[in-house]
Amino acid sequence: MHTPLTFWRHLRIAATLLLIGAALAPGYSARAADATSPPNLADVLRGLTVSSFMQKKAASDALANVDDPRTLVLLKALLSGHLYYRKSDKQVLVLSPSGDAYAVRDAVSGKLLGSSDKDGLTKITINNQMRGSLREAIARRSLYSKDRRVRLAAVDEMLDNLTPHAVGLLRTMRESEKDPAVLAKIRTGLALADLNHGSDAQRLAAIHVLAGGMNQTARNRLRGLLRKNPDGGFVEGNATVRAAARTALASIERRIEFYTIVQTGFFGLSLGSVLLLSAIGLAITFGVMGVINMAHGEMMMLGAYTTYVVQLMMPSHIDVSLFVAIPAAFAVSGLAGIIIERGVIRFLYGRPLETLLATFGISLFLQQLVRTVFSPLNRAVESPSWMSGSLQINSALSLTNNRLYVLIFALLVFAALQLVMKKTALGLQVRAVSQNREMARAMGVRTGWVDAMTFGLGSGIAGIAGVALSQLTNVGPNLGQSYIVDSFMVVVFGGVGNLWGTLVGAMSLGVFNKVLEPWSGAVLAKILMLVLIILFIQKRPRGLFPQKGRGAEG
Amino acid sequence: MNEQNLFKRLLADDRGGQALLASLAVIAVALPILNLVVPASSALHVSTYTVALFGKYLSYALLALALDLVWGYCGILSLGHAAFFALGGYAIGMYLMRQIGDRGVYGNPNLPDFMVFLNWKELPWYWHGFEHFWFAALMVMLAPALLAYLFGWFAFRSRVTGVYLSIITQALTYALMLAFFRNEMGFGGNNGLTDFKDILGYSLQSNATRIGLFLASVLALALGYLAARYVVCSKLGRVVVAVRDAEDRARFIGYKTESYKLWIFVFSAVLAGIAGALYVPQVGIINPGEFSPLNSIELVIWVAVGGRGTLYGAIAGAILVNYAKTYFTGALPDVWLFALGALFVLVTLFLPRGIVGLLRRRRMGKTAPTNLVNSL
Amino acid sequence: MNGSVFKRVGRVLRGQRGATNAAEGMHTAVPNEVDTTHGPILYVENVTVSFDGFKALNNLTLYIDDGELRCIIGPNGAGKTTMMDVITGKTRPDTGQVFFGQTMDLTRMTEYQIAAAGIGRKFQKPTVFPEHSVFTNLELAMRADKRVWTSLTARLSGEQRYRIDEVLMTNGLNDLRQLYAGQLSHGQKQWLEIGMLLVQSPRVLLVDEPVAGMTHQEMDQTGELLTRLAGAHSVVVVEHDMEFVRSIARKVTVLHEGSVLAEGSMDEVQNDARVIEVYLGGAPC
Repeated sequence: MHTPLTFWRHLRIAATLLLIGAALAPGYSARAADATSPPNLADVLRGLTVSSFMQKKAASDALANVDDPRTLVLLKALLSGHLYYRKSDKQVLVLSPSGDAYAVRDAVSGKLLGSSDKDGLTKITINNQMRGSLREAIARRSLYSKDRRVRLAAVDEMLDNLTPHAVGLLRTMRESEKDPAVLAKIRTGLALADLNHGSDAQRLAAIHVLAGGMNQTARNRLRGLLRKNPDGGFVEGNATVRAAARTALASIERRIEFYTIVQTGFFGLSLGSVLLLSAIGLAITFGVMGVINMAHGEMMMLGAYTTYVVQLMMPSHIDVSLFVAIPAAFAVSGLAGIIIERGVIRFLYGRPLETLLATFGISLFLQQLVRTVFSPLNRAVESPSWMSGSLQINSALSLTNNRLYVLIFALLVFAALQLVMKKTALGLQVRAVSQNREMARAMGVRTGWVDAMTFGLGSGIAGIAGVALSQLTNVGPNLGQSYIVDSFMVVVFGGVGNLWGTLVGAMSLGVFNKVLEPWSGAVLAKILMLVLIILFIQKRPRGLFPQKGRGAEG
Repeated sequence: MNEQNLFKRLLADDRGGQALLASLAVIAVALPILNLVVPASSALHVSTYTVALFGKYLSYALLALALDLVWGYCGILSLGHAAFFALGGYAIGMYLMRQIGDRGVYGNPNLPDFMVFLNWKELPWYWHGFEHFWFAALMVMLAPALLAYLFGWFAFRSRVTGVYLSIITQALTYALMLAFFRNEMGFGGNNGLTDFKDILGYSLQSNATRIGLFLASVLALALGYLAARYVVCSKLGRVVVAVRDAEDRARFIGYKTESYKLWIFVFSAVLAGIAGALYVPQVGIINPGEFSPLNSIELVIWVAVGGRGTLYGAIAGAILVNYAKTYFTGALPDVWLFALGALFVLVTLFLPRGIVGLLRRRRMGKTAPTNLVNSL
Repeated sequence: MNGSVFKRVGRVLRGQRGATNAAEGMHTAVPNEVDTTHGPILYVENVTVSFDGFKALNNLTLYIDDGELRCIIGPNGAGKTTMMDVITGKTRPDTGQVFFGQTMDLTRMTEYQIAAAGIGRKFQKPTVFPEHSVFTNLELAMRADKRVWTSLTARLSGEQRYRIDEVLMTNGLNDLRQLYAGQLSHGQKQWLEIGMLLVQSPRVLLVDEPVAGMTHQEMDQTGELLTRLAGAHSVVVVEHDMEFVRSIARKVTVLHEGSVLAEGSMDEVQNDARVIEVYLGGAPC
């Protein structure tokens, strides 16, 4: 019979070699693994299928040292109790719950074996001692991962549980780590360790280090220093340390507050960019042409659905789909706009309230159309990989990529529209018609054509807004409705017929809303916003930036 | 001037109104008989469900009448009139909730179920008094009136008009909807007020109560019509029309136009509140969905279809469109919103004066003054 | 300028007496009777109005005497309409004072209060209530208690009916009394609007381009009417038609760039070098 003891010893030698290799350089460790021809993964795993915890511990330690990308997954599975073995042939399996049953994978190959219940399988149980070493092993392996995010998460986890071993690992790692964010975190960890066990001088230095960061664990630790015992004395005996901790805490909190404000500002600008995108088309149709288009939200909805359809047509090129979707959405919504203008609105010029009703009817119609063609349910529009993730500035401030891109995109659209209005023949004619229709017609401007193009332009921009919205919210038949009141508010607030007003209006409403939100809650913030705008319009019926001159008085 | 004279004067050259009151009188007599006297097996029997449905239509008709006063006569296109309707509904709903007493699921004699569920310990102050019918009835009118007064005072004084006003009214009802969705408001949040048991001691489930509510709706609509008719025939009504068509002129001949607008707006809100109060016991529920901007705008199309500025046109429109809605949502649910959307477009394009305008034009031939059309 | 100071001092000194000085006693519905003991009924003093930097009125000073017929002329943009807006409360002056009689500060009153106090205005573009009959148009304009609740139950008295009939005879619309005002011709609307001013029994009538779109015959009639009204009322006419102005004018004021350029009889004004410069030379601007 195979003696477990010799097996264990054998493993241990290999593991030690491996550990050294891993610590030296990732490239080298791979060679080392080849050189010693280590026990294969299947053998190591088989060592876990025993009942003795001591033997299991040995096997798990061995597993921790096998240089194979699969081990990290297996270690985690073992820790979370998802590792099983079949009683009949001792094959080790990874089970993950799927529905009522479990998806079963072979632990070595990772191949999906199908789904089943747990009959005939035995869970590989672990004890606390194993748990501790498993955590450490996972952390250690993660610390040397090539992915900086994995390393960051690993250090983060270690901060909560700074065993001497972990501190040792961090010290080793400090020498080789290049990434500034990870390095900063390691320093925090070491400072926390010093704070626990170091001399007074070391502790003061540690506090100084902690004061430069914003780590939650560090803040808790610092707060702990200021706490009192039940008998009234301070937990921390050294008054100098206490004072340093107090200053450090204050400076951390100030910094956090600052970044929170920045973050709120970003959220506000992000909301503002959405408002801007939705209102900017309206600023053309309502602001310049004076047409109340209640179907404006549905133009955005069409744009969002266009994105969805484009993605359906090019499922393997999601990353570039948006670049196709933008012109497509512009065309679809713009065309819809032109049809609406030629088919309905042109008969209603000069009768704003009737225009409002007719376009509202169109919006109902379009919503139902989408419900019938697609589904009443929301459709999933995928985000390209470059839109996901976030720009992590520090622990208190991270800007999500999609919001960042939408913000930039909104400004680009705004700039492009300004260019169109100021520099092109169409823009000139639009402005001419909006100022004096009769005169423009007398000068040979085809006012009907200009109306159709202007409306198409406004609607097309709404379509583009829909593409951007599809990256931020659910795409469903009601997408447009939720923005229509807001966009009107923005245009009215900013001043009708003034694109800059729309920009300032959208951004200030966005920021204002987000500033109110933490204080009053999202719904109440929205209500307050509406009430404030209503009051504002009472004071300045022509908005922030009213159109100037005699003509505006009419 | 005695009552009889006034009545005659109001309806003297109002054939639409005469027809309306006559038909109201007919259904007020016929429906209860067909429901209570004619046996259920007979083909002529009218189910209680149908009676309640009619009652619902009638309360909608009263709401449409209210909107016609401000839109048709004063040119204020309110896209938030359902808010007044819903406020009236909530006021009566609160009374009905208090009537449940300890018969709720939690059996708490003082608190409605949803408050018990939210762990509230005592009744909020604004729920006090609603155990009395008279108080609730007063609130049915006062709450919408107060909202209309505050809103109108701000809006009309600062001379917000036209589409701006429309959009602000829409924002108003939208804000109210969001507010009433909140549990903290103390109006049952998402679920609103429901599970009513009885009104004035009569069970809401019984046929007789249903008939009673139906008759109350008939009466309210008839009285509402006469009141509205009185207003539009008075000098006040003529000033309101004058304000609609040439506000500056009205101002420069000495009318404080904002007061006239405010008066008619508040009056209309009160009518809408009463309509809401009749609606809620007949459908058995009131929830924040009633504040939805869509409801208000649907209401506008009732009036537009019937023909604004005629009062009875609005009533006819409300009943017609709602009958169509009941039919479509039962038979072809997908088609309804298409139909409604198309209705908006077609009516504004081809029937700016609604069905009433169409009938009038037919009667008068081609001689109808063209200026009547462009009065929006 | 000296004159204006004197007049203002006088007004201030006598300010308190205005309310009791209701010697004429005809317009009992007006709580504040107009005090014209110093001659002018309308004081416009040093009024400046600017729109976004453009001065529509520039330190304008103007007095209208009680019972006077005054014509105001001036090129486009001279501030004629803005001046009427200021007097009727539609536009608030940035600086300056506007008084009705000795006591009523028009800059502190709203449009309807000013109208009720006795200043009537006819717009440049004839504005009537198109969906009311000619009769109802006059009925609504009729001097009466115009508060909301009163009007809910208000009915015309025999005397008021008589007054409307009288005006209908005057402006020649008697046969059209049941017609919708929207169906009237342009000239008829002008007449209706003037009729609406008359039934208000104002002390001052501000008439903006009354003969625009009228035939010669109608112009003559209008001129005759306005001349007849002067005396019992003060009439201020803003008009472009020089021939018409010449036919009715006793005193003419020329406005230019928001202030008074010249004032006097038609002949004096026509021979004024500056006026000729403005009308013919075209000052650079």
